[in-house]
Amino acid sequence: MNSTIALFLLQDGVINGAIYALLGVTLVLIFAVTRVIFVPQGEFAAWGALTLASLESGATPGTALLLVVLGVSAAVVETIRERASMRPARLGVMAVRDVAMPIALLLIVSTIAPTKPALWLSVLLTLALVVPLGPLVYRLAFQPIADATVLTLFIAAIGVHFAMIGLGLIFFGAEGFRNEPFIAGVFPLGPLMFKGQSLVILAATAALLAALWFFFEHSMLGKALRATAINRLGARLVGIPTRATGRIAFALAAAIGALSGTLIGSLTTISYDSGFIISLKGFVAAIAAGLASYPVTVVAAIGVGVLESFAAFFASAYKEVIVFSLIIPLLIWRSLVTAHHDEEEE
Amino acid sequence: MSGPILELKNVSASYEKVEAVRNVSLQLDRGSIVTVIGANGAGKTTLLNAIMGVKSASGSLRFKDEDIAALEIEARVGAGLCLVPEKRELFSTMSVEDNLRLGAYRLGGGAVAEGLQQVFRRFPRLLERRAQVAGTLSGGERQMLAMGRALMSKPALLMLDEPSLGLAPRIVKDIFQIIVELRQAGVSILLVEQNARAALHVADYAYVMELGEVTMHGRASDLAADPRIIESYLGLGGRHDT
Repeated sequence: MNSTIALFLLQDGVINGAIYALLGVTLVLIFAVTRVIFVPQGEFAAWGALTLASLESGATPGTALLLVVLGVSAAVVETIRERASMRPARLGVMAVRDVAMPIALLLIVSTIAPTKPALWLSVLLTLALVVPLGPLVYRLAFQPIADATVLTLFIAAIGVHFAMIGLGLIFFGAEGFRNEPFIAGVFPLGPLMFKGQSLVILAATAALLAALWFFFEHSMLGKALRATAINRLGARLVGIPTRATGRIAFALAAAIGALSGTLIGSLTTISYDSGFIISLKGFVAAIAAGLASYPVTVVAAIGVGVLESFAAFFASAYKEVIVFSLIIPLLIWRSLVTAHHDEEEE
Repeated sequence: MSGPILELKNVSASYEKVEAVRNVSLQLDRGSIVTVIGANGAGKTTLLNAIMGVKSASGSLRFKDEDIAALEIEARVGAGLCLVPEKRELFSTMSVEDNLRLGAYRLGGGAVAEGLQQVFRRFPRLLERRAQVAGTLSGGERQMLAMGRALMSKPALLMLDEPSLGLAPRIVKDIFQIIVELRQAGVSILLVEQNARAALHVADYAYVMELGEVTMHGRASDLAADPRIIESYLGLGGRHDT
């Protein structure tokens, strides 16, 4: 191995690490706000990539129909569950938000898709289709058990993961897709060659992380989300609707997931089940940060990316083994440095 | 409106099989201070939690002449109820100012600046500490912050759970002084205290709870002179004298 190869591997690792950072940060965010260890985060990324791929090929993406199905399900389930206290206003909100809007989106998308829309429009449509899925997943799966233990929520998350994989198979089929890069071409920089898409990934990740930082530090809503994470009872006592904060966290998660999907879609082939392995690497980074620190997650994610790319060079058959084995020393280290306390205390 | 701001009828609340609050009826007139005194475990905190909606309860709960029994905590906050819990429940890793700002969450941006000004005028110490992280405050400052955060929501009824717990006598005196000032500013107050002497001193009306039930109630000045109260709660030496 010479320095050129090393630099190349480093570049590759940093770029993959950037994606893992986005997913890892999202895991930390969801856990902080809702205490859910959101195993299926990668599915949002896969759905984002697959939705974009469908739009690029001129087909109506499966997510459009999936959104209608989940929207109607959520409206029906909540109407039944809250039938005692259901008010007409709330029914109206659900009819518009969960039924009418998804159907409208389906119609719009199926009109636009055959015209093979421009890339920026396809990305916007992808976000419009995938982001609402986040809150819907939260309402269907987690909101009714929002006060359950971390373990119960984790088991529910695993269930949701399998459900989402299954839905992905139904709505997108088993075939894998590759997206077109946002910026084609290669840019030389000294001894290195940068793919246009790599630069897009780095820029988008930096911009998203900066936006998240600004949101949490400087907006009232962001502070309310943090407050909910720090002290749920305190948040309720000042009138923060903690249920809404859960939905917002899931909407953010779906947005970041979908965007990372559209970013990596041109670097690797994505199929309905590709999301899990990607988000698992984000999870390794999130664990390194104790599911608590955003900056540590980012640094750890880049570490995971670099480790993975060097592992791929030296022992490519074992690259996943090496990355995931990392979690064991990480857990031992964390259990040594952190004080133990009951997970159920608030 | 002239009726009581808060009216409880036969309110009960239980943990598993233990009934912590049993058939409590209570009234609080607008602009008054009502105190609930009683020993540890008498059900005082559970009663406040039931009024706030933190703990589910049976019975009739009316606030500002409206039935609030079915409302969620957030809606009760919106209606003008506010609880300062015994454990303060601050956002410990956020700054003093952010804690206060979040107190006005229901009121939106416009109310923040005005609210901050008022709270800082009432608690100058919080102004000095505004950039400090809440978790690093002293006990007295935490209680001030908890009260300040509650005041940011402009409550019509402020419920204070053991505001003097664990505080030095001089600070306890300040806290009770502020409670009196708040009443003068038009805030109704429901005060739960183990420091019965100080509570009866500032309150207009008082309830005594024992094992989840109200056993006595009456004008605070009458109860302060009642021999049974003196013996059980005030004592001769007045250990928690303020």
